[in-house]
Amino acid sequence: MINRTVANVQEALQGVQDGMILMLGGFGLCGIPENAIAELVKLGIKEVTCISNNAGVDDFGLGLLLQQKQIKKMISSYVGENDEFERQMLSGELEVELTPQGTLAEKCRAAQAGFPAFYTPAGYGTEVAEGKETREFNGKMYVLEEAFKADFSFVKAWKGDTAGNLIFKGTARNFNPCMCGAASITVAEVEELVPAGELDPNQIHIPGIFVQRIFQGNNYEKRIEQRTVRTRE
Amino acid sequence: MLDKTGIARRIAQELQDGYFVNLGIGIPTLVANYIPEGIDVEFQSENGVLGMGPFPFEGEEDADVINAGKQTITTLAGASFFDSATSFSMIRGKHVDLTILGAMEVAANGDIANWKIPGKMVKGMGGAMDLVASAENIIVAMMHTNKRGESKLLKQCSLPLTGVGCVKKIVTNLAVLEVVDKGFKLLERAPGVSVEDIQNATEGNLIIEGDVPEMTL
Repeated sequence: MINRTVANVQEALQGVQDGMILMLGGFGLCGIPENAIAELVKLGIKEVTCISNNAGVDDFGLGLLLQQKQIKKMISSYVGENDEFERQMLSGELEVELTPQGTLAEKCRAAQAGFPAFYTPAGYGTEVAEGKETREFNGKMYVLEEAFKADFSFVKAWKGDTAGNLIFKGTARNFNPCMCGAASITVAEVEELVPAGELDPNQIHIPGIFVQRIFQGNNYEKRIEQRTVRTRE
Repeated sequence: MLDKTGIARRIAQELQDGYFVNLGIGIPTLVANYIPEGIDVEFQSENGVLGMGPFPFEGEEDADVINAGKQTITTLAGASFFDSATSFSMIRGKHVDLTILGAMEVAANGDIANWKIPGKMVKGMGGAMDLVASAENIIVAMMHTNKRGESKLLKQCSLPLTGVGCVKKIVTNLAVLEVVDKGFKLLERAPGVSVEDIQNATEGNLIIEGDVPEMTL
Protein backbone atom coordinates (compact mmCIF):
# COMPACT_ATOMS: atom_id res chain seq x y z
CA MET A 1 0.00 0.00 0.00
CA ILE A 2 1.17 3.51 -0.78
CA ASN A 3 0.92 5.58 2.38
CA ARG A 4 -0.46 9.09 1.83
CA THR A 5 -0.44 10.14 5.47
CA VAL A 6 1.26 13.29 6.70
CA ALA A 7 1.65 14.05 10.39
CA ASN A 8 -0.23 17.32 10.59
CA VAL A 9 -1.54 20.36 8.75
CA GLN A 10 1.90 22.03 8.74
CA GLU A 11 3.37 19.12 6.80
CA ALA A 12 0.27 18.94 4.59
CA LEU A 13 0.75 22.54 3.43
CA GLN A 14 4.45 22.30 2.65
CA GLY A 15 5.22 23.95 -0.66
CA VAL A 16 2.31 26.39 -0.62
CA GLN A 17 3.62 29.75 -1.80
CA ASP A 18 2.50 33.30 -2.47
CA GLY A 19 0.70 33.75 -5.77
CA MET A 20 -0.46 30.15 -6.12
CA ILE A 21 -3.85 28.98 -7.40
CA LEU A 22 -5.72 27.08 -4.69
CA MET A 23 -8.91 25.04 -4.87
CA LEU A 24 -10.98 24.76 -1.70
CA GLY A 25 -13.95 22.44 -1.26
CA GLY A 26 -17.18 23.30 0.50
CA PHE A 27 -20.59 24.84 -0.14
CA GLY A 28 -21.17 27.81 2.12
CA LEU A 29 -19.51 26.74 5.36
CA CYS A 30 -20.55 23.12 4.83
CA GLY A 31 -17.65 20.75 4.18
CA ILE A 32 -14.92 23.38 4.08
CA PRO A 33 -11.29 22.42 4.87
CA GLU A 34 -11.23 24.29 8.18
CA ASN A 35 -7.76 23.17 9.23
CA ALA A 36 -6.10 24.07 5.91
CA ILE A 37 -7.76 27.51 5.91
CA ALA A 38 -6.58 28.20 9.48
CA GLU A 39 -3.04 27.23 8.48
CA LEU A 40 -3.10 29.43 5.36
CA VAL A 41 -4.05 32.34 7.63
CA LYS A 42 -1.23 31.46 10.04
CA LEU A 43 1.35 31.16 7.25
CA GLY A 44 0.27 34.53 5.85
CA ILE A 45 0.42 33.22 2.27
CA LYS A 46 -0.38 36.19 0.00
CA GLU A 47 -1.69 37.05 -3.48
CA VAL A 48 -3.43 33.72 -3.91
CA THR A 49 -6.21 32.88 -6.34
CA CYS A 50 -8.93 30.86 -4.63
CA ILE A 51 -11.31 28.60 -6.53
CA SER A 52 -14.21 27.97 -4.17
CA ASN A 53 -17.98 28.05 -4.65
CA ASN A 54 -18.38 30.66 -1.90
CA ALA A 55 -16.12 33.04 -0.01
CA GLY A 56 -17.11 32.17 3.54
CA VAL A 57 -18.66 34.68 5.94
CA ASP A 58 -16.91 37.70 7.45
CA ASP A 59 -15.35 35.80 10.36
CA PHE A 60 -15.16 32.20 9.16
CA GLY A 61 -14.07 30.10 6.22
CA LEU A 62 -12.37 32.02 3.40
CA GLY A 63 -13.59 35.22 5.05
CA LEU A 64 -10.59 34.78 7.37
CA LEU A 65 -8.19 35.03 4.41
CA LEU A 66 -10.11 37.99 3.02
CA GLN A 67 -9.80 39.85 6.31
CA GLN A 68 -5.99 39.51 6.10
CA LYS A 69 -6.10 40.59 2.43
CA GLN A 70 -4.37 37.36 1.41
CA ILE A 71 -6.58 36.77 -1.63
CA LYS A 72 -5.84 38.45 -4.95
CA LYS A 73 -8.56 36.77 -6.95
CA MET A 74 -11.67 34.71 -6.19
CA ILE A 75 -13.34 32.33 -8.61
CA SER A 76 -16.78 31.56 -7.16
CA SER A 77 -20.44 31.21 -8.06
CA TYR A 78 -22.07 32.94 -5.09
CA VAL A 79 -20.58 35.41 -2.64
CA GLY A 80 -23.68 36.94 -1.06
CA GLU A 81 -22.92 36.14 2.56
CA ASN A 82 -19.77 38.14 2.97
CA ASP A 83 -19.81 41.94 3.49
CA GLU A 84 -16.01 42.26 3.46
CA PHE A 85 -15.93 40.40 0.16
CA GLU A 86 -18.49 42.76 -1.38
CA ARG A 87 -16.57 45.77 -0.08
CA GLN A 88 -13.24 44.56 -1.52
CA MET A 89 -14.88 43.63 -4.82
CA LEU A 90 -16.78 46.90 -5.33
CA SER A 91 -13.66 48.92 -4.39
CA GLY A 92 -11.59 46.96 -6.91
CA GLU A 93 -9.11 45.56 -4.34
CA LEU A 94 -10.24 42.03 -5.09
CA GLU A 95 -10.47 40.50 -8.55
CA VAL A 96 -13.56 38.32 -8.92
CA GLU A 97 -14.53 35.83 -11.59
CA LEU A 98 -18.12 34.76 -11.05
CA THR A 99 -18.80 31.40 -12.65
CA PRO A 100 -22.06 29.45 -12.83
CA GLN A 101 -22.08 26.77 -10.15
CA GLY A 102 -22.40 23.80 -12.49
CA THR A 103 -19.67 25.20 -14.73
CA LEU A 104 -17.43 25.68 -11.68
CA ALA A 105 -17.96 22.04 -10.67
CA GLU A 106 -17.33 20.80 -14.20
CA LYS A 107 -14.15 22.91 -14.60
CA CYS A 108 -12.84 21.05 -11.53
CA ARG A 109 -14.02 17.68 -12.77
CA ALA A 110 -12.52 18.33 -16.23
CA ALA A 111 -9.14 19.06 -14.61
CA GLN A 112 -9.47 15.85 -12.60
CA ALA A 113 -10.48 13.81 -15.64
CA GLY A 114 -7.99 15.23 -18.13
CA PHE A 115 -10.37 17.17 -20.37
CA PRO A 116 -8.96 20.54 -21.46
CA ALA A 117 -12.39 22.08 -22.02
CA PHE A 118 -16.09 21.34 -22.49
CA TYR A 119 -19.22 22.93 -23.91
CA THR A 120 -22.04 23.97 -21.60
CA PRO A 121 -25.29 25.85 -22.25
CA ALA A 122 -24.94 27.76 -18.95
CA GLY A 123 -24.29 31.45 -19.40
CA TYR A 124 -24.89 31.58 -23.15
CA GLY A 125 -26.06 35.08 -24.09
CA THR A 126 -24.89 36.54 -20.76
CA GLU A 127 -21.74 38.40 -19.73
CA VAL A 128 -20.28 35.08 -18.52
CA ALA A 129 -19.90 34.04 -22.18
CA GLU A 130 -18.20 37.27 -23.30
CA GLY A 131 -14.95 36.54 -25.14
CA LYS A 132 -15.56 32.80 -25.13
CA GLU A 133 -16.02 30.51 -28.10
CA THR A 134 -19.63 29.46 -28.68
CA ARG A 135 -20.98 26.70 -30.86
CA GLU A 136 -24.30 25.23 -31.90
CA PHE A 137 -25.12 21.56 -31.30
CA ASN A 138 -28.51 20.22 -32.35
CA GLY A 139 -30.02 23.68 -32.59
CA LYS A 140 -28.91 24.88 -29.15
CA MET A 141 -26.05 27.24 -28.30
CA TYR A 142 -23.18 26.30 -26.00
CA VAL A 143 -20.18 28.08 -24.45
CA LEU A 144 -16.67 26.60 -24.40
CA GLU A 145 -15.32 26.54 -20.84
CA GLU A 146 -11.77 25.48 -19.97
CA ALA A 147 -10.63 23.16 -17.18
CA PHE A 148 -9.07 24.80 -14.14
CA LYS A 149 -5.33 24.66 -13.54
CA ALA A 150 -4.42 24.78 -9.87
CA ASP A 151 -1.39 24.21 -7.65
CA PHE A 152 -3.08 22.86 -4.54
CA SER A 153 -6.52 21.45 -3.84
CA PHE A 154 -7.71 21.43 -0.22
CA VAL A 155 -10.63 19.13 0.50
CA LYS A 156 -12.46 17.94 3.58
CA ALA A 157 -13.91 14.44 3.99
CA TRP A 158 -15.69 12.63 6.80
CA LYS A 159 -13.53 9.49 6.91
CA GLY A 160 -10.32 8.58 5.18
CA ASP A 161 -7.66 5.91 5.35
CA THR A 162 -3.87 5.99 5.18
CA ALA A 163 -4.06 5.08 1.47
CA GLY A 164 -5.91 8.36 0.83
CA ASN A 165 -9.32 6.83 0.18
CA LEU A 166 -12.17 9.16 1.15
CA ILE A 167 -15.78 8.96 2.28
CA PHE A 168 -17.92 12.09 2.55
CA LYS A 169 -20.98 12.77 4.66
CA GLY A 170 -24.27 14.43 3.69
CA THR A 171 -24.13 17.63 1.68
CA ALA A 172 -20.61 18.26 3.02
CA ARG A 173 -19.62 16.28 -0.07
CA ASN A 174 -20.45 19.07 -2.58
CA PHE A 175 -17.33 20.28 -4.48
CA ASN A 176 -14.83 18.20 -2.48
CA PRO A 177 -14.83 15.05 -4.67
CA CYS A 178 -14.65 17.16 -7.88
CA MET A 179 -11.51 18.92 -6.62
CA CYS A 180 -9.63 15.72 -5.73
CA GLY A 181 -6.89 15.23 -8.30
CA ALA A 182 -7.81 18.49 -10.01
CA ALA A 183 -4.65 20.30 -8.80
CA SER A 184 -0.97 19.36 -8.81
CA ILE A 185 -1.24 18.36 -5.16
CA THR A 186 -4.46 17.36 -3.39
CA VAL A 187 -4.52 17.66 0.40
CA ALA A 188 -7.38 15.91 2.19
CA GLU A 189 -8.25 16.56 5.81
CA VAL A 190 -10.62 14.11 7.48
CA GLU A 191 -12.55 13.93 10.72
CA GLU A 192 -11.46 10.35 11.22
CA LEU A 193 -8.33 8.77 9.77
CA VAL A 194 -8.17 4.97 9.90
CA PRO A 195 -5.55 2.39 8.81
CA ALA A 196 -5.86 1.12 5.24
CA GLY A 197 -8.12 -1.91 5.17
CA GLU A 198 -10.66 -0.61 7.66
CA LEU A 199 -12.88 1.13 5.11
CA ASP A 200 -15.05 -1.07 2.89
CA PRO A 201 -13.72 -0.65 -0.70
CA ASN A 202 -17.36 -0.73 -1.89
CA GLN A 203 -18.13 2.43 0.04
CA ILE A 204 -15.20 4.61 -1.06
CA HIS A 205 -16.31 7.85 -2.79
CA ILE A 206 -12.84 8.99 -3.91
CA PRO A 207 -9.99 6.51 -4.48
CA GLY A 208 -6.65 7.43 -2.90
CA ILE A 209 -4.97 7.84 -6.30
CA PHE A 210 -6.55 11.34 -6.45
CA VAL A 211 -5.10 12.33 -3.05
CA GLN A 212 -1.41 13.07 -2.38
CA ARG A 213 -1.55 13.99 1.31
CA ILE A 214 -4.05 13.07 4.01
CA PHE A 215 -4.21 14.00 7.68
CA GLN A 216 -6.67 13.92 10.54
CA GLY A 217 -8.00 17.40 11.22
CA ASN A 218 -8.71 18.92 14.62
CA ASN A 219 -11.34 21.04 16.34
CA TYR A 220 -13.97 21.13 13.61
CA GLU A 221 -16.40 23.93 14.33
CA LYS A 222 -18.82 23.06 11.47
CA ARG A 223 -20.60 26.36 11.81
CA ILE A 224 -24.22 26.45 10.59
CA GLU A 225 -25.04 29.50 8.45
CA GLN A 226 -28.83 29.31 8.54
CA ARG A 227 -30.03 27.28 11.47
CA THR A 228 -33.62 26.55 10.45
CA VAL A 229 -35.91 24.35 12.52
CA ARG A 230 -39.59 23.50 12.83
CA THR A 231 -41.49 23.28 16.07
CA ARG A 232 -42.91 20.01 17.34
CA GLU A 233 -46.68 19.92 17.19
CA MET B 1 -53.98 39.94 -4.88
CA LEU B 2 -51.75 37.13 -3.57
CA ASP B 3 -49.11 37.26 -0.88
CA LYS B 4 -45.91 35.20 -1.15
CA THR B 5 -47.63 32.16 0.32
CA GLY B 6 -50.42 32.50 -2.25
CA ILE B 7 -47.91 32.55 -5.10
CA ALA B 8 -46.35 29.37 -3.71
CA ARG B 9 -49.77 27.71 -3.39
CA ARG B 10 -50.65 28.54 -6.99
CA ILE B 11 -47.33 27.23 -8.28
CA ALA B 12 -47.79 24.02 -6.27
CA GLN B 13 -50.78 23.27 -8.55
CA GLU B 14 -48.28 22.91 -11.41
CA LEU B 15 -46.57 19.94 -9.72
CA GLN B 16 -47.23 16.57 -11.31
CA ASP B 17 -46.85 13.05 -10.01
CA GLY B 18 -43.30 11.76 -10.46
CA TYR B 19 -41.69 15.18 -10.90
CA PHE B 20 -38.16 15.92 -9.74
CA VAL B 21 -38.19 19.60 -8.81
CA ASN B 22 -35.50 22.17 -8.05
CA LEU B 23 -36.66 25.04 -5.85
CA GLY B 24 -34.82 28.35 -5.71
CA ILE B 25 -34.37 30.53 -2.65
CA GLY B 26 -37.26 32.69 -1.37
CA ILE B 27 -40.87 32.18 -2.55
CA PRO B 28 -39.98 28.94 -4.43
CA THR B 29 -38.88 27.30 -1.17
CA LEU B 30 -42.44 27.73 0.15
CA VAL B 31 -43.87 25.57 -2.67
CA ALA B 32 -42.74 22.44 -0.79
CA ASN B 33 -45.39 23.18 1.85
CA TYR B 34 -48.32 22.89 -0.60
CA ILE B 35 -47.79 19.68 -2.59
CA PRO B 36 -51.23 18.55 -3.84
CA GLU B 37 -52.55 15.41 -2.18
CA GLY B 38 -52.06 12.11 -3.90
CA ILE B 39 -48.93 12.98 -5.88
CA ASP B 40 -45.29 12.14 -5.24
CA VAL B 41 -42.57 14.65 -6.07
CA GLU B 42 -38.91 14.77 -5.03
CA PHE B 43 -37.04 17.97 -4.35
CA GLN B 44 -33.47 18.40 -5.58
CA SER B 45 -31.15 20.94 -4.02
CA GLU B 46 -28.17 21.73 -6.21
CA ASN B 47 -25.64 21.58 -3.39
CA GLY B 48 -26.09 17.82 -3.54
CA VAL B 49 -29.26 16.23 -2.21
CA LEU B 50 -32.29 14.58 -3.77
CA GLY B 51 -35.28 13.73 -1.58
CA MET B 52 -35.16 16.79 0.63
CA GLY B 53 -37.50 16.75 3.62
CA PRO B 54 -38.77 19.43 6.03
CA PHE B 55 -36.61 21.48 8.39
CA PRO B 56 -35.33 19.47 11.38
CA PHE B 57 -36.81 19.68 14.86
CA GLU B 58 -34.83 21.84 17.22
CA GLY B 59 -31.81 19.96 18.52
CA GLU B 60 -31.72 17.65 15.50
CA GLU B 61 -29.90 20.01 13.11
CA ASP B 62 -26.91 18.50 11.30
CA ALA B 63 -24.29 20.96 10.02
CA ASP B 64 -23.49 18.46 7.24
CA VAL B 65 -27.06 18.40 5.87
CA ILE B 66 -28.17 21.69 4.33
CA ASN B 67 -30.02 22.99 1.27
CA ALA B 68 -28.83 25.46 -1.38
CA GLY B 69 -29.99 28.33 0.84
CA LYS B 70 -27.56 27.01 3.52
CA GLN B 71 -30.53 26.13 5.76
CA THR B 72 -30.47 22.98 7.87
CA ILE B 73 -32.79 20.32 6.38
CA THR B 74 -33.78 16.68 6.75
CA THR B 75 -34.03 13.94 4.15
CA LEU B 76 -36.89 11.59 3.33
CA ALA B 77 -36.86 7.84 2.66
CA GLY B 78 -35.15 7.21 -0.67
CA ALA B 79 -32.99 10.33 -0.47
CA SER B 80 -29.43 10.50 -1.81
CA PHE B 81 -26.39 12.75 -1.52
CA PHE B 82 -23.97 13.45 -4.37
CA ASP B 83 -21.17 15.77 -5.46
CA SER B 84 -21.63 19.08 -7.28
CA ALA B 85 -20.69 17.75 -10.73
CA THR B 86 -23.28 14.97 -10.42
CA SER B 87 -25.84 17.47 -9.17
CA PHE B 88 -25.44 19.59 -12.28
CA SER B 89 -25.43 16.49 -14.48
CA MET B 90 -28.99 16.02 -13.21
CA ILE B 91 -29.78 19.62 -14.13
CA ARG B 92 -27.84 20.00 -17.39
CA GLY B 93 -28.83 16.50 -18.47
CA LYS B 94 -32.52 17.42 -18.11
CA HIS B 95 -33.25 14.79 -15.48
CA VAL B 96 -34.85 17.45 -13.28
CA ASP B 97 -38.41 18.03 -14.54
CA LEU B 98 -39.22 21.46 -13.16
CA THR B 99 -37.25 24.48 -11.96
CA ILE B 100 -38.93 27.17 -9.87
CA LEU B 101 -36.95 30.31 -9.21
CA GLY B 102 -37.22 34.00 -8.40
CA ALA B 103 -36.30 36.91 -10.67
CA MET B 104 -35.60 40.64 -10.61
CA GLU B 105 -36.77 41.04 -14.23
CA VAL B 106 -38.35 38.89 -16.94
CA ALA B 107 -38.66 40.03 -20.56
CA ALA B 108 -41.42 39.26 -23.05
CA ASN B 109 -39.00 37.05 -25.02
CA GLY B 110 -38.33 34.83 -21.98
CA ASP B 111 -35.04 36.44 -20.91
CA ILE B 112 -34.46 36.50 -17.16
CA ALA B 113 -32.22 38.62 -14.89
CA ASN B 114 -31.71 37.73 -11.26
CA TRP B 115 -28.05 37.83 -10.22
CA LYS B 116 -26.54 41.29 -10.41
CA ILE B 117 -27.26 45.00 -10.13
CA PRO B 118 -24.14 46.68 -11.58
CA GLY B 119 -22.29 48.80 -9.04
CA LYS B 120 -24.75 47.96 -6.28
CA MET B 121 -25.32 44.32 -5.62
CA VAL B 122 -23.28 41.41 -6.84
CA LYS B 123 -24.10 38.20 -5.08
CA GLY B 124 -23.37 35.89 -7.97
CA MET B 125 -25.48 33.55 -10.04
CA GLY B 126 -24.98 30.40 -7.99
CA GLY B 127 -26.67 27.62 -9.95
CA ALA B 128 -29.24 29.86 -11.63
CA MET B 129 -27.46 30.12 -15.02
CA ASP B 130 -27.08 26.34 -15.25
CA LEU B 131 -30.70 25.83 -14.23
CA VAL B 132 -32.27 28.28 -16.69
CA ALA B 133 -30.01 27.22 -19.58
CA SER B 134 -31.01 23.57 -19.31
CA ALA B 135 -34.45 23.20 -17.75
CA GLU B 136 -37.27 22.69 -20.23
CA ASN B 137 -39.88 23.69 -17.69
CA ILE B 138 -39.14 26.88 -15.76
CA ILE B 139 -41.61 28.76 -13.59
CA VAL B 140 -40.66 32.17 -12.25
CA ALA B 141 -42.13 33.12 -8.88
CA MET B 142 -42.00 36.83 -8.15
CA MET B 143 -43.90 40.00 -7.27
CA HIS B 144 -45.32 41.71 -10.37
CA THR B 145 -43.62 45.04 -9.52
CA ASN B 146 -40.49 46.04 -7.60
CA LYS B 147 -40.31 48.07 -4.38
CA ARG B 148 -40.59 51.30 -6.37
CA GLY B 149 -43.76 50.05 -8.03
CA GLU B 150 -42.10 49.52 -11.41
CA SER B 151 -43.04 46.53 -13.56
CA LYS B 152 -40.76 43.50 -13.46
CA LEU B 153 -42.34 42.11 -16.65
CA LEU B 154 -40.53 44.10 -19.30
CA LYS B 155 -40.13 44.54 -23.04
CA GLN B 156 -36.42 43.93 -22.50
CA CYS B 157 -34.37 43.25 -19.36
CA SER B 158 -32.27 46.18 -18.18
CA LEU B 159 -30.11 44.16 -15.76
CA PRO B 160 -27.37 41.68 -16.74
CA LEU B 161 -29.02 38.49 -17.98
CA THR B 162 -29.05 35.12 -16.26
CA GLY B 163 -30.38 33.34 -19.33
CA VAL B 164 -31.91 34.05 -22.73
CA GLY B 165 -35.36 33.00 -23.97
CA CYS B 166 -35.82 30.41 -21.24
CA VAL B 167 -38.78 31.41 -19.05
CA LYS B 168 -42.05 29.66 -19.94
CA LYS B 169 -44.39 30.58 -17.12
CA ILE B 170 -44.60 33.31 -14.49
CA VAL B 171 -46.70 33.39 -11.34
CA THR B 172 -46.90 36.77 -9.60
CA ASN B 173 -49.02 38.32 -6.87
CA LEU B 174 -51.35 39.54 -9.67
CA ALA B 175 -51.44 36.87 -12.35
CA VAL B 176 -50.36 33.68 -14.06
CA LEU B 177 -48.72 34.39 -17.41
CA GLU B 178 -47.21 32.33 -20.18
CA VAL B 179 -44.35 33.53 -22.35
CA VAL B 180 -45.44 33.17 -25.99
CA ASP B 181 -44.08 34.45 -29.31
CA LYS B 182 -45.39 37.98 -29.03
CA GLY B 183 -45.32 38.59 -25.29
CA PHE B 184 -46.87 37.66 -21.96
CA LYS B 185 -50.13 35.78 -22.43
CA LEU B 186 -52.44 36.36 -19.47
CA LEU B 187 -53.78 33.00 -18.27
CA GLU B 188 -55.31 33.77 -14.88
CA ARG B 189 -56.00 36.72 -12.58
CA ALA B 190 -55.29 36.61 -8.85
CA PRO B 191 -58.42 36.92 -6.66
CA GLY B 192 -59.80 40.47 -6.71
CA VAL B 193 -57.40 41.65 -9.43
CA SER B 194 -58.75 43.06 -12.71
CA VAL B 195 -57.28 42.71 -16.18
CA GLU B 196 -56.73 46.46 -16.09
CA ASP B 197 -54.69 46.19 -12.85
CA ILE B 198 -52.47 43.61 -14.53
CA GLN B 199 -52.18 45.68 -17.71
CA ASN B 200 -51.09 48.71 -15.67
CA ALA B 201 -48.41 46.69 -13.87
CA THR B 202 -47.01 45.07 -17.02
CA GLU B 203 -44.54 46.98 -19.22
CA GLY B 204 -43.97 44.19 -21.76
CA ASN B 205 -46.63 43.30 -24.32
CA LEU B 206 -49.59 41.70 -22.53
CA ILE B 207 -51.76 39.39 -24.60
CA ILE B 208 -55.37 39.14 -23.46
CA GLU B 209 -57.62 36.63 -25.18
CA GLY B 210 -61.29 36.42 -24.25
CA ASP B 211 -62.42 36.23 -20.63
CA VAL B 212 -59.47 35.73 -18.31
CA PRO B 213 -60.52 33.48 -15.42
CA GLU B 214 -59.74 34.16 -11.78
CA MET B 215 -57.43 31.54 -10.31
CA THR B 216 -58.69 29.00 -7.79
CA LEU B 217 -56.54 28.21 -4.81
